[in-house]
Amino acid sequence: MKLFHRHPFLATALLLGAALTLSVAIGPVFIPVDTAARLLLAKLPGSSIPVSWPETYEAILLQIRLPHTALIALTGAALAGSGAAYQGLFRNPLADPYLIGVASGAGLGAVLALAIRWPGTLLGLYTVPASAFLGAALTIAIVYSLARIGRAVPTTTLILAGVAFSSFATSLTSFLMLRSNTELRRALAWLLGGAIMNGWEPVWAILPYVVLGLGALSISGHALNVLQFGEEQAQQLGLPIERVKLGLVLAASLTTAAAVAFSGIIGFIGLIVPHLVRLAWGPDYRRLIPLSILGGGSALLLADLLARVVMRPQTLPVGIVTALAGAPFFLWVLRRAKTQAYW
Amino acid sequence: MLEIYALSAAYFETKVLREVSLRVESGEILALVGPNGAGKSTLIRAVSGVIPITGGIVRLNGVELNRLGYMQRARHLAVVPQARELPAAFTVYQTVLLGRTPYLSWLGTASQKDHAIVRLALERTHTAQLAERRVSDLSGGEQQRVLLARALAQDAPILLLDEPTTHLDLQHQSNLLNLVRQLCQENNLTVLMVLHDLNLAGLYADRVALMDSGHILATGSPEEVLTTENLSSVYQVPVNVIPHPDYGTPLVLPDGHAHSFA
Repeated sequence: MKLFHRHPFLATALLLGAALTLSVAIGPVFIPVDTAARLLLAKLPGSSIPVSWPETYEAILLQIRLPHTALIALTGAALAGSGAAYQGLFRNPLADPYLIGVASGAGLGAVLALAIRWPGTLLGLYTVPASAFLGAALTIAIVYSLARIGRAVPTTTLILAGVAFSSFATSLTSFLMLRSNTELRRALAWLLGGAIMNGWEPVWAILPYVVLGLGALSISGHALNVLQFGEEQAQQLGLPIERVKLGLVLAASLTTAAAVAFSGIIGFIGLIVPHLVRLAWGPDYRRLIPLSILGGGSALLLADLLARVVMRPQTLPVGIVTALAGAPFFLWVLRRAKTQAYW
Repeated sequence: MLEIYALSAAYFETKVLREVSLRVESGEILALVGPNGAGKSTLIRAVSGVIPITGGIVRLNGVELNRLGYMQRARHLAVVPQARELPAAFTVYQTVLLGRTPYLSWLGTASQKDHAIVRLALERTHTAQLAERRVSDLSGGEQQRVLLARALAQDAPILLLDEPTTHLDLQHQSNLLNLVRQLCQENNLTVLMVLHDLNLAGLYADRVALMDSGHILATGSPEEVLTTENLSSVYQVPVNVIPHPDYGTPLVLPDGHAHSFA
């Protein structure tokens, strides 16, 4: 344990490796890790590994398990990384990636797409995610401009504008769901974080957002550290705070929007993972952001694994499992914490 | 050197600084005194670029403030804020290291030189032994010294202090102000310091500026500015000013007795 305490990146990387392995191996058909590894190696050009596994394994692994695992890992990483950045930006331990309206905007977009049932299939399967992403991006644009006072965007007005607009969007969503009962089930699954899409396309779609967004957040650790002393001191220490705030909001929100578009609103990961990292390794955002990204990927993979196995062959919405299993775990860690001043 | 000419600033419609002019030389401490709401802290915020200037000119070492970017400003001018609401979980070392922000890249990777400057700042403020403590675990006096260390790490020739002694006891007040004076002389710093305590201003400042309702009413040596006449009119209570028995600097005695029984 001491080793892990001293080497946080080793600890989180090992955890992520274990979670990835389990996620690939476990399912209706168990695929042993070594078989999976040989199967993948055999796909490499010029390899001479003999086929010693059932033919179905290849399809299961390449078309179901791997893309699903990749999507879950990216989504968890996106939520936890953005959550850590939001907590730092708003200097608020209750902040999560949905605080200023990404989730309610995305939810409204998704439910709109389901309720209206666009004529024809303009975007096919991707009508809902595209609409959700658009809803989230529009919400952030509206909230940010509403919160602007002169040249500055004070974080308190940003939170208030976000919370107010969120409630508005959520009410509209509820109204739409009441009106169109046919698609209620799909809409509900989406809102509960149980609409994880299959195949590689979602992975490729969110990859650029997640890589760019999380990359930007990962190098903002120092700026977030300075911001912890308040905007006035941050400015006096030489930080261009309005540019920093806009950059952080853009990166965190677009990353979150892309992540929720293909899986629905998964709660708790973005709130709790950064706190777990803080409790374990302290408040330095230069480490906190990348560690939250690694930890968030792992945490969502484990929650997803639970969601897949507890009520086999049924799959629970992963958004239910994150809090159901995550909250007791977090409370246990919180009780064991030796200091109150971890924040 | 800090030069302020006819500086005006406003919070929305309310004018809080009206054509303020001040000049602080290198190696000099100027104490800014005046009643609550006179605009002292606002002056610090305007000069450090936190609130926009609506008129006038501020020059930091001859360079106009508005021509400088955030980072360049922070290399010219450091501010010691009032010690309150420090982020609890940061250590003293982490806090002081943030003083290097204007010299660091976006990633915030500190070089050997940065660490050396931080260690020197810790030593000079007598906070080196606190380096690994959390800022929330420190006393008010220690926190104020840590913030002074952070400003020193900024390596700026102009130092602004916003009521650095407000929550400190007698011993810590004089320790801190002695330290400021020593640093001012050794580094040839330009020091502008907001002080509530008129007697400390008289003791530690080379010059005093008296402020009221956004104006500078008088500037000069403590003896010239801290007079019975000036202070009675600004604070609107009768005061007595007598010379300090050892130094001859003005000592201000509130004439509370006569007032409360009048």
